[in-house]
Amino acid sequence: MIANYGYKDGSGEYYISMNTDKCDGCGDCVTACPAGVLEMIVNDYDEKVAAVTDAHRKKIKYSCAPCKPVQGRPVLPCIAACQPQVIQHSW
Amino acid sequence: MITAGIDMGAKTTKAVILRDGNVIARALTFTGFDQKEAAEKALADALAQAALNRSDVARTFATGVGRQQASFANGSMTEMAADTKGSLLLNNKLRTVIDVGAEEGRAMKCTAEGKVTDFAVNEKCAAGAGSFVEAMSRALELPLEKMGEMSLRSKNAVAMNAQCTVFAESEVVSLVHAKTPKEDIVRALHDAIANRIVSMARRVGVEESVGLVGGVGYNIGFVDALRRCLEVESVWVPEQPEYVGAIGAAVAAAEAA
Amino acid sequence: MAQEFWRWKEYNWRDPEESWNKAKMLTAGVDVGSVSTQAAVMADGQLCAFASMRTGSDSPDSARKAMDWALRETGLTLDRIRYVIGTGYGRVNVPFAHRTITEIACHARGANFMYGPNVRTVLDMGGQDCKAIRCDEKGKVSAFLMNDKCAAGTGRGMEVFADLLSVPLEQIGDLSYEVDQEPQPVSSTCVVFAKTEAVGLLRKGWPKNNVLAAYCSAMAHRVYTLLERLGVEGDFGITGGIAKNSGVVKRLEKELNLKALTPRYDPQIAGAVGAALFAHTLAQKEATA
Ligand code: SF4
Ligand code: SF4
Repeated sequence: MIANYGYKDGSGEYYISMNTDKCDGCGDCVTACPAGVLEMIVNDYDEKVAAVTDAHRKKIKYSCAPCKPVQGRPVLPCIAACQPQVIQHSW
Repeated sequence: MITAGIDMGAKTTKAVILRDGNVIARALTFTGFDQKEAAEKALADALAQAALNRSDVARTFATGVGRQQASFANGSMTEMAADTKGSLLLNNKLRTVIDVGAEEGRAMKCTAEGKVTDFAVNEKCAAGAGSFVEAMSRALELPLEKMGEMSLRSKNAVAMNAQCTVFAESEVVSLVHAKTPKEDIVRALHDAIANRIVSMARRVGVEESVGLVGGVGYNIGFVDALRRCLEVESVWVPEQPEYVGAIGAAVAAAEAA
Repeated sequence: MAQEFWRWKEYNWRDPEESWNKAKMLTAGVDVGSVSTQAAVMADGQLCAFASMRTGSDSPDSARKAMDWALRETGLTLDRIRYVIGTGYGRVNVPFAHRTITEIACHARGANFMYGPNVRTVLDMGGQDCKAIRCDEKGKVSAFLMNDKCAAGTGRGMEVFADLLSVPLEQIGDLSYEVDQEPQPVSSTCVVFAKTEAVGLLRKGWPKNNVLAAYCSAMAHRVYTLLERLGVEGDFGITGGIAKNSGVVKRLEKELNLKALTPRYDPQIAGAVGAALFAHTLAQKEATA
């Protein structure tokens, strides 16, 4: 499943997309994220996968801002940590 | 030399007259639906104040969203450039300038010469701009001028979940129904918008001194929230902060010589 | 705020055949949304009763009321229901539920039931959110996107306009087609700025209907861009309150170049139906375990 967490508002599109079929449930992204944006959940089909926490879903543009400086943006910690390449950011 | 600067914002249009680096007159008018007319009026008002004629002005520069409409101007510039130029004229120690206008929030990092090195903008979502505070003052039935001082009296932090102006209005109404003290709600609102502005500012890297310009600068509650969120000693706010963009345009007009 | 402009009709329904009498197993789903609450009852996996009402200030109470209302004329009582699933924004507040499942999964499953197994794309537009879902022939989600941060593209955005123009919500669809020519869509996405824009248009002398049309098409376009992110595959179904707003639906169909399917029941109950179907599967699993 491609789970898109986030939103589109007047200012732009901010989605973290998780390809849950690839997620092996290791939780490395959760540990890597400095802002506590990610968590492991058991989804509706009883799979243990990474997801964006409820508390951050409506504000990831702001939560992720420290990882995304205007200039010289490094590889995002969550993406770097994830071996199976589950995570994508839309912005 | 005498120059003029006009800032054509979404809500208000401002004009200033600059003589040899000093602001000698300023005027503000509501933008309404005819931006050019608003610009003409603001400029005429400022000139009248300074007892000058149009012909005394060497050059006029325009800035703001409606700057293209000021066809009579000799030049135009972005809000980012105008904000930093204007701010540095008033305080040359600034390295980060934050502008919260009615429809946009902006953060600029600049050099001592007033060159913008980085900027971030929050536009097209009212939740990241001054409109948010205005909408909340209506939802709370509190005059805008009262909100700042009121929030400074708050003793308790309340949580606000809504990240959208429209949803925040309903949340505020239910908080009021639940008898939450208004000062706590106002503080939560100021914290919420300050948080959004600060996370945007962090993307350019905040360097001291930090200045805040734009009409929201009058709101001492917001200024305080901004200072706390930025974790800095103080945030510099000029007198009449809504004129800084227009001042910057007038400075640029003078420099264009 | 002028509440009467945005009140949905509250009602209940039951199967005239009274299928619950012969049923081996009864299950139920309760969808507690921010604006409306629905309860659906299934007799061996077939819909036999439901109720749809406005969510009150107390979610557990709304859940109970909706359930009671769905059961009222069937003569059934809650203890006859083997398994209940709560879904929706207030899903944790269904005191008599055995389990909760997200509204995404429930809407996909419910749409599969209401539109048939060919449905691949489901759009749900609720009072305070908008969801786009892609699913397989069993109603299992393969991709989704949810937007509950921004009021644009939700029922709430429409309410702001209904309120501004003093037009009852139910009439927006029809009125928005009573225009000489389709106007340019409202350009601001943000509801706050769109409202300012609308006030400007009215001041310029635009008739109300044109402003409605301009907003409906802006909304349709916004939803279109959300769907685009997932990629639309036919067949395509719309659930949730806005499914009843032809002003948005027909314009969206035009933009997508796809016709939305006609549901077997009120599209507003898809979440509750999906929950009741999950309940059916889980109860069967329990019975055989
Ligand atoms: S970008 Fe940074 S803050 Fe956002 S999810 Fe990834 S690691 Fe966390
Ligand atoms: S409707 Fe709300 S979230 Fe959407 S753009 Fe406007 S203020 Fe932002």
